[in-house]
Amino acid sequence: MEYFLELFFSGLTRGSIYALIALGYTMVYGIIGLINFAHGEIYMIGAFTALICATVLTIWGLPPLAVLGLSAFAAIIWSAAYGLTVERIAYRPLRHAPRLSPLISAIGMSIFLQNYVLLAQTADFVSFPALIPDFAWLEPYRSIIGSSDLVILLTTAVVMLLLTILIKGTKIGRAMRATAQDREMALLLGIDVNLVISVTFVIGSALAAIGGVLIASHIGQINFAIGFLAGIKAFTAAVLGGIGSVPGAVLGSLLLGWTESFATGYISSDYEDVFAFALLVLILIFRPSGILGRHHNQKV
Amino acid sequence: MWAELKKGAAVAVWFMFLTLPIMVVKVNPIEQTVVWRWANLVWLGAAVFVLTVVGRYCSRHRTELSAFWPDAHPLLAHPQLKRFLLIVLALLATLFPLFFSSYQINIMTTALMYAVLGLGLNIVVGLAGLLDLGYVAFYAVGAYSYALLNYHFGLGFWAALPIGGLLAAIFGVLLGFPVLRLRGDYLAIVTLGFGEIIRLILENWNDFSFGPSGIAGIPRPGLFGLTLSVDDAIMYIYYLVLLLGLITIFVVNRLRDSRIGRAWIALREDEIACQAMGIDKTKTKLTAFALGASWAGMVGVLFAAKTTFVNPASFTFLESAIILSIVVLGGMGSTVGVVIGALVFILLPEYLRAFADYRMLLFGAIMVGVMVFRPQGIIGNPRRRSYPLPMAAADQEVGHE
Amino acid sequence: MSEVRPLLEVRGLSMAFGGLRALHDLDLEVSCGEIVALIGPNGAGKTTFFNCLTGVYAPSAGDILLNRPDGKALRLNGLLPNQITKHGLARTFQNIRLFSEMTVLENVMIGCHCRHRAGILGAILRGPATRAEEAAIIDKSYTILQHLRIAQYANDVAKSLPYGVQRTLEIARALATEPVLLLLDEPAAGLNPTETSELDALILQIRERYRLAILLIEHDMKLVMSLSDRIYVVDYGERIAQGTPAEIRNNPAVIKAYLGEDDA
Repeated sequence: MEYFLELFFSGLTRGSIYALIALGYTMVYGIIGLINFAHGEIYMIGAFTALICATVLTIWGLPPLAVLGLSAFAAIIWSAAYGLTVERIAYRPLRHAPRLSPLISAIGMSIFLQNYVLLAQTADFVSFPALIPDFAWLEPYRSIIGSSDLVILLTTAVVMLLLTILIKGTKIGRAMRATAQDREMALLLGIDVNLVISVTFVIGSALAAIGGVLIASHIGQINFAIGFLAGIKAFTAAVLGGIGSVPGAVLGSLLLGWTESFATGYISSDYEDVFAFALLVLILIFRPSGILGRHHNQKV
Repeated sequence: MWAELKKGAAVAVWFMFLTLPIMVVKVNPIEQTVVWRWANLVWLGAAVFVLTVVGRYCSRHRTELSAFWPDAHPLLAHPQLKRFLLIVLALLATLFPLFFSSYQINIMTTALMYAVLGLGLNIVVGLAGLLDLGYVAFYAVGAYSYALLNYHFGLGFWAALPIGGLLAAIFGVLLGFPVLRLRGDYLAIVTLGFGEIIRLILENWNDFSFGPSGIAGIPRPGLFGLTLSVDDAIMYIYYLVLLLGLITIFVVNRLRDSRIGRAWIALREDEIACQAMGIDKTKTKLTAFALGASWAGMVGVLFAAKTTFVNPASFTFLESAIILSIVVLGGMGSTVGVVIGALVFILLPEYLRAFADYRMLLFGAIMVGVMVFRPQGIIGNPRRRSYPLPMAAADQEVGHE
Repeated sequence: MSEVRPLLEVRGLSMAFGGLRALHDLDLEVSCGEIVALIGPNGAGKTTFFNCLTGVYAPSAGDILLNRPDGKALRLNGLLPNQITKHGLARTFQNIRLFSEMTVLENVMIGCHCRHRAGILGAILRGPATRAEEAAIIDKSYTILQHLRIAQYANDVAKSLPYGVQRTLEIARALATEPVLLLLDEPAAGLNPTETSELDALILQIRERYRLAILLIEHDMKLVMSLSDRIYVVDYGERIAQGTPAEIRNNPAVIKAYLGEDDA
């Protein structure tokens, strides 16, 4: 039972991280119908920015909590800036191009960003400072849930809540929903579609950055390539839940987190990544619209 | 002009801000040391400034500039010149190994292998419009089928070559059957997932594939039972790959201009209209997929024979991405373009060593750049076929029963 | 007409998208050599009907039966679009769907695809049989272009054509599949009056020359009234009237539902 609970919570933690990244995929897909292949790299850049910032601030002698806050803030700012720039350079000029063009451009962007970090930083794994403090009161439950797990879960929950409020309750959220439904119409109604798309990229990137900081301090090391796998898995989660759907992304992420956690725990850890890929292939083949996704009839 | 400079400066400042943490600061969290590399920032700012100003100038004079680099190069349209160029090229390619070292020949062989892979992928991506991000999986199937068949049954290269191609084609059909009804971008992701699954299986299923350590001691191809020295074998493989390349070009061109090739292109243009014209979507896509895969399989066998060693590390997503960028750079659908693309991408980093580190960075940048500025690739797509019109039919009123 | 079954028999066809009922219990017949028009206000379900006939959608209920002139009888429901085309139904699209990067001739050659068989080996070896077949395809395609009087555009890229020619090319492409029933989805949309009257003559010629039946969706009442042998009127996915042009013109239900507001 304890083992089950341990797997349950580790799956939940994984799932929460996937959710933070998956939201970026799903929001961008919902609005411009593009699989933002470079999204995983944005997450990686967020983690690197936090790492750099945290180390510098620690050397400067700031207290750990301030270091955590400021690094997370820096990660959000820079990831958002990268997301914005990537959209501007690689996707916006291709908005009316054939469907595969922006996808190829996105793959190019992903390769570029990975190698940019590889060249500017390092090819090796870098150890990430443990920014999240250990809570003493959690000690009895340590074998089931760690303090970083708890922080991840709480942060994710709060972020999700804020995101829901933003989408449902604000003007820009309404514009985003309108654009997702019908871009042409939104344009006719005077919505600044470019702005909406930029905002979507900024929000998605910021969420990915939060995910990056959390997972990096949870696992303790990062390198330039972490974005690829995390990106694919988060994308799997987004598709599983129904791409374009925000609650779907969260649901899909949790399901994927649990699948991986239980499958590696009870079956075999050699094939950890195979489970995610196999799940991805199976959903796309059997239910491409995902759990909460709507089925689209092709217009003729 | 002043406005342009101001714009350039603004973009430069934005990029300096953007790259501030990653380019400038390098930390070592264990030893708690920081290196500040402010010079990087200055260089980057200057480069972005110049690029922006020049880029904006070019895009304003796009029409004048495009005259220098037209859609389909007129030189290629000139039949006599084209024939002359081809003869020169064929001579150069044939004589190449006689004048260069084994090292150089090896590099050239690699480049040619990528050219063949590019041409194979071009059937799938360029002609049929199916974005296959797991192409390397079929390459792996070919390489491992030779390695394993040789290890277990002592099968030789010449027997393995068709088997590798066939097995890859079968894998192509097996994968293609369920996924080909998916929309373009989903197809891309599924094929990516499939490619990774194959690699992960090769890495983890030790009893079958010997895991990450791979299989060594694969024999080089035989020549009527002769034992070749290493240098001769390298030359021999070069000629084999060259031959395969020529066959590939021949076959791909014939396919493109055939009934099936037309169906592929039509499918790329509009699936629904294509079906309404009575074309079996699944079958047509499957043919493209399987044919593309079989080429990767054959090159895989050659790869195993060339390096005499295979392991899963040779078949990462990065390989798929390299092959795809060759196709994209060359121009999707263009044979000449893909060959040039392969030569440029593989040879340039080998000969400009300073360039080698930046290879993947440039691959990525080129993929974005080509899509944004020149979606038709460097050569452009010369496939504007005019058919000789049947003059006799002009006066006949042929019925239609 | 009594002993011969009609070429196309549609019985009780219904189509629902989720809760939305797009077509309800629709009956329709087309006999050999007939020109039948399907009219109705926008959103009445006409294109959905075409999409059901041609296999783009699988109808929720009902039968679509094709009795080919050669005696073969088939049920078309649940077949794939390409199979249906092969059985002799060909269509054009309301929002033109040409292969825009291909030439005019190639577009028509694609239409010939399903009547020929050259395979991969044939393509690579290019033996005499393949070459003969390729020549036959070119010949046939060019002849169709001549019949439709657009042969002068044969080697032009489809996307560069004037709008009216694009519409004609859609018809040419459909004819190349050798249909027994041609489905035209608003062939006159966007054409000027001169082009429309040319289209009128062209459709009649096509019927004569290719000996086929034509079912068309059209909004241009003048064209519909002059071309059609019979007319079906649908509204909200249901058939509200059928008859000869004269009958339809005087049908009060039609006038109320459709012509009344359209003529206003």
